[in-house]
Amino acid sequence: MNRIDAAAALAPRYDLVVIGAGPAGQSAAITAAALGITTLVVDENLAPGGQIHRGITTTPVTDRAVLGEDYWRGLPIAERFLASGADYAPAAKLFSLLPSGDEPGRHAEIELGVSIAGQARPVFAGQVIVATGAMERPFPIPGWTLPGVLTAGAAQIALKAHGLVPEGRVVLAGTGPLLLLVAAQLRAAGATIAAVLDTTPSANRAGAARHLLDFLRSPYLAKGLALLARARGGPRRIAGVTAMRAEGEDRLRAVTFTAGGGEQRIEADVLLLHQGVVPNTTISNAIGCDHHWDPLQFCWVPKRDSWLASSIEDVAIAGDGGGIAGADCAAESGTLAAIGAAHRLGRIDQATRDAMAAPVRAALEKLGRGRAFLDALYRPAEGFRIPAGNDTIICRCEEITAGQVRDAVAGGATGPNQLKAFLRCGMGPCQGRLCNLTVTEIVAAERGISPEQAGTYRLRPPFKPVTVAEIASLPQTNAAVKAVVRY
Amino acid sequence: MFRRLPDHNAETIRFTFDGAPLAARRGDTVAAALLANGIATCRATPAKGTARGPYCLMGVCFECLVTIDGTGNRQGCLVALEEGMRIETQAGARRAVAP
Ligand code: FES
Repeated sequence: MNRIDAAAALAPRYDLVVIGAGPAGQSAAITAAALGITTLVVDENLAPGGQIHRGITTTPVTDRAVLGEDYWRGLPIAERFLASGADYAPAAKLFSLLPSGDEPGRHAEIELGVSIAGQARPVFAGQVIVATGAMERPFPIPGWTLPGVLTAGAAQIALKAHGLVPEGRVVLAGTGPLLLLVAAQLRAAGATIAAVLDTTPSANRAGAARHLLDFLRSPYLAKGLALLARARGGPRRIAGVTAMRAEGEDRLRAVTFTAGGGEQRIEADVLLLHQGVVPNTTISNAIGCDHHWDPLQFCWVPKRDSWLASSIEDVAIAGDGGGIAGADCAAESGTLAAIGAAHRLGRIDQATRDAMAAPVRAALEKLGRGRAFLDALYRPAEGFRIPAGNDTIICRCEEITAGQVRDAVAGGATGPNQLKAFLRCGMGPCQGRLCNLTVTEIVAAERGISPEQAGTYRLRPPFKPVTVAEIASLPQTNAAVKAVVRY
Repeated sequence: MFRRLPDHNAETIRFTFDGAPLAARRGDTVAAALLANGIATCRATPAKGTARGPYCLMGVCFECLVTIDGTGNRQGCLVALEEGMRIETQAGARRAVAP
């Protein structure tokens, strides 16, 4: 591995650029580099691992029991990645990706805009693998913007990467295996967990039952049992929570919730929210990949072929960014995407490609079993995806409420893109990352159409804010100017 | 807001937040360093001026935006803390031209 800490150290061209250094991105790079493919991995984080194995090579939490064995499974991946022949640019910002094409003004290869330490460079690539992973589903409840309210994933990142444990009275709320895992990890690290508010709808159990057999034969069973064992004797768990709000003036003071018909209030210093993860589709959306609405996971998923190639030529999508399947599947899918890319690059013939892919496909098949059970069991409640109250903020950046969106739809806004013009909804710094799913579902519900028909924001580069100084640092070739100025 | 597990190999890094001298550990991001120092709020929104602090710690929510060494709109959860950094609260919108 050749670590790149300055934009000037980037090669002008790579056979393959991988975006993201989680299990999928690292596995793709390991496979590609072993085939002699010149590979660059661009990652926002300071160290490899993505979010699931965040800080795996640097964590100060050395007692392995605290984070658990699933976390430590990321270490051999990172070690193989760091020993690979790939170029690795951590703390790097990818702000543009211009698909290849033969029309005037387009380069024959994909052109990416990369910025490191305030300096930007264009990089050309024959193939790109987007491995940008998952993010937590938005959890729009009243007060979710108060300082002191974070995602459960954020607390997990703080623990993994920095050895930080939330102080005072900690309340966890939501649904899904990650919520239970974070509760167990925080408890092992010495946090005071005042309560776990479980929002899993009780009706989910019936829906999950038909997938039970698959689950019992899947690797998830052992994981689930281990997790339940860890959770035993844990903090007060309150089931059947149907409404919830975070309270406080300028920071969180308490959580008020409804369970079993009655309202209760608990004082809290930190509230950690979680109701599952969804693909982070910012880049796949912004470069024009086709997506469809997944009616079981309630999210947008990019369309991919059997080699994980997207609808945009020479761009594949590996890992949870292509559909939620977990870390083990992500690693396998990264390998599969790299094999497909190697073939498209003309580095391996079709027979070699298919032979290399066979064991990977078998592993993916096995690992994918049992997922449908978990999806059905931890289906997030409608009331926490589509706020019933009109005062709840849904676009955090621009502070737009569910009621404003409903009014705008009543006033003629037909979809998420019109809402931008009506309300500036989705136009703040996060560019709709934290509101696009909520907005799609509200529009669909108000208009009586499907989420697929309601559509989503059309995003555009830059994917991340860039300063004028960064753009000015680009070498002034025509291609480089176009990489930025086209948008 | 967050407390640190004992870490004996930690190298201490000094920085300032709104002028106050503070310390954190090498390997921290700016957002982690603020949380470890009990700082929950790091900006006020341009829309209505309400207080916000880090929410996702993974680069997607942009709630951790701060001014670092004079440059605004930096995502604190993605920037490695460095010795002597001058970190400031971001109140309201950025100005196009430095005052
Ligand atoms: S805390 Fe969400 S982007 Fe930094």
